[in-house]
Amino acid sequence: MDAYIQQIIVMTGINLIAVLGLSILTGFTGLFSFGHAGFMAIGSYIAAICTARLPQILQTQFGLHLEPMAAFALAVVAGALAAGVVSWLIGMLTLKLKGDYFCIATMGFGEAVRIILNNIPYVGGARGWESLPKLTSIWLVLGLDVLFVVITWNLINSRQGRNMVAVREEELAAQMSGIDVYRHKMTALIVSAIFAGVAGALMANYIQFIRPTMFNMARSTDLTIMVIFGGLGSISGTILGTILLTWLPEVFRNFAQWRLVVYGLAVIVIMVGRPQGLVGGMELTPSGIRKAMTARNARKRFKEVGDDAGGQK
Amino acid sequence: MNQFLQQLVNGLSIGSIYALMAVGYSLVYSIMNFSNFAHGSVIMLGAYFGFFALTLLGLPFALAFFVAASGTALFAVALERLAYKPLRDRKAPFLYFIITAMGASIFIDNSVIATIGPTPKTFPQASLPSFLRSGSVEIGSLNVGRVDIAMFVITAICLAALVLFIDKTKMGKAIQATAYNMKASALMGINPGFVIILVFAIGGALAGVAGVLYGMKYQVYPQMSSITMKSFIAAVFGGLGSLPGALLGSVLLALIETFVSGYVSTQLRDLFAFGILIAMLVIRPQGIMGKSMEDKA
Repeated sequence: MDAYIQQIIVMTGINLIAVLGLSILTGFTGLFSFGHAGFMAIGSYIAAICTARLPQILQTQFGLHLEPMAAFALAVVAGALAAGVVSWLIGMLTLKLKGDYFCIATMGFGEAVRIILNNIPYVGGARGWESLPKLTSIWLVLGLDVLFVVITWNLINSRQGRNMVAVREEELAAQMSGIDVYRHKMTALIVSAIFAGVAGALMANYIQFIRPTMFNMARSTDLTIMVIFGGLGSISGTILGTILLTWLPEVFRNFAQWRLVVYGLAVIVIMVGRPQGLVGGMELTPSGIRKAMTARNARKRFKEVGDDAGGQK
Repeated sequence: MNQFLQQLVNGLSIGSIYALMAVGYSLVYSIMNFSNFAHGSVIMLGAYFGFFALTLLGLPFALAFFVAASGTALFAVALERLAYKPLRDRKAPFLYFIITAMGASIFIDNSVIATIGPTPKTFPQASLPSFLRSGSVEIGSLNVGRVDIAMFVITAICLAALVLFIDKTKMGKAIQATAYNMKASALMGINPGFVIILVFAIGGALAGVAGVLYGMKYQVYPQMSSITMKSFIAAVFGGLGSLPGALLGSVLLALIETFVSGYVSTQLRDLFAFGILIAMLVIRPQGIMGKSMEDKA
């Protein structure tokens, strides 16, 4: 396979894991984060320490030999856990905040992570960290994609998932029905951070080079835009949005800066013209499509009946 | 002591720029209840408008200022009409506004990079009036840059004019009423659509002035829109939606920043800024002078 195509596929796959996590948080629980690049950064840097530094340390200090793949497995788990723990701390501080204040707080968190990394020479500081081992393969990424889609699907269709949707739809009513709103928001945040951590760990060991600016606010915004572009509350929409928005800039690569102009414009047009995203609120499965068609027909019938009854809707 | 005073002067000069940006932010927030992330890009455009009015058109300085401010005011209103109004008509949740604003910001910044190019531009000294050329004035034992003094004075004039406008004119009172309660003021005959255009125009004009001043002190470049993140933090710090809060937050943030970079470390300056943001949100989300959270529900 063409190395360039392969690279895009892997980056799409890695993005997909992070965006799926964000889809659980944003699309299904209704919380918006502009700081998820921060969780990716934590995953990336922890994983880089595990694969690039830990084997040597074990070798020299304890005379132990750590296989690269074992170190990599450890790296992914450690990166995910670190992101999860940090998200738990952040959640305790910020989840009680309303709407856009939560947004702003996560944004501050993401930027703070980036600036802290800028000032740690051990991980390369602002100049970045080069020549990390390349351990992520295309098959591993695609396999993990399938795994994470299945996890997300099961989570969304479980009691937990239905409760999260209830929190998104009407927080007060959910609370009245005995749903622990805070706990479900926290779960969504931690799960999404773990996903982002895994994506970060895979990325560090694929492009072999990490730098704090790769995890800036624009990155966080990109992830959120992918979720919204695909459609809130839809796993298939998330997958479609990630694929399209990772490929779109590549297709327009020759147009250099203009591709980002088109990208910005596309975001505005989608928000203004089709706010539900490409496939918001439904799933592209046979039963999902059938359900959406039924709902559409019902709306149409309802409108016709309304028109007959003297234009009342 | 001398160093302390010098830092204080620097802080006040940067704070005045932050304030011009933050007041525009806060004004739009007080009416629309969303963070207009495209504000930074409008400031950047203002700097370019001013720069080209001076260099390409060869306009006198005061006129260039006017061109920049009216250009950004028009642009901000156009953005509101084209991008935000359809969302408003649909009563979309605040998030759609934020994402649209981010999309607009990506669009504007990259349009400038694609057409004008990413190289920073410097205001030619010859085109500036003598009181704005680089160089400094000695006040007592302090060296104060002429640009810094001009920034402080122009900001003070703009903000004083804004306060007079909001407190004394009918239109200003309409803005206050709409910020307090849009539905009730609409019932009293205040056209909310007009007020929204008005705040975008005022915010845009202030953004234009801020952009030219910032460009004069430093340089004009497409990424300067990201510096306005600071003014945004200042607005949150002082209390989103509150104009005195935006001013106070800006000055405090700028002072903290200059003192941190003067006495602690330049690298940690931004960390302090974001740390303050998070601490403020956790301890007192409505900021120093903001409305209470219940009003924002």
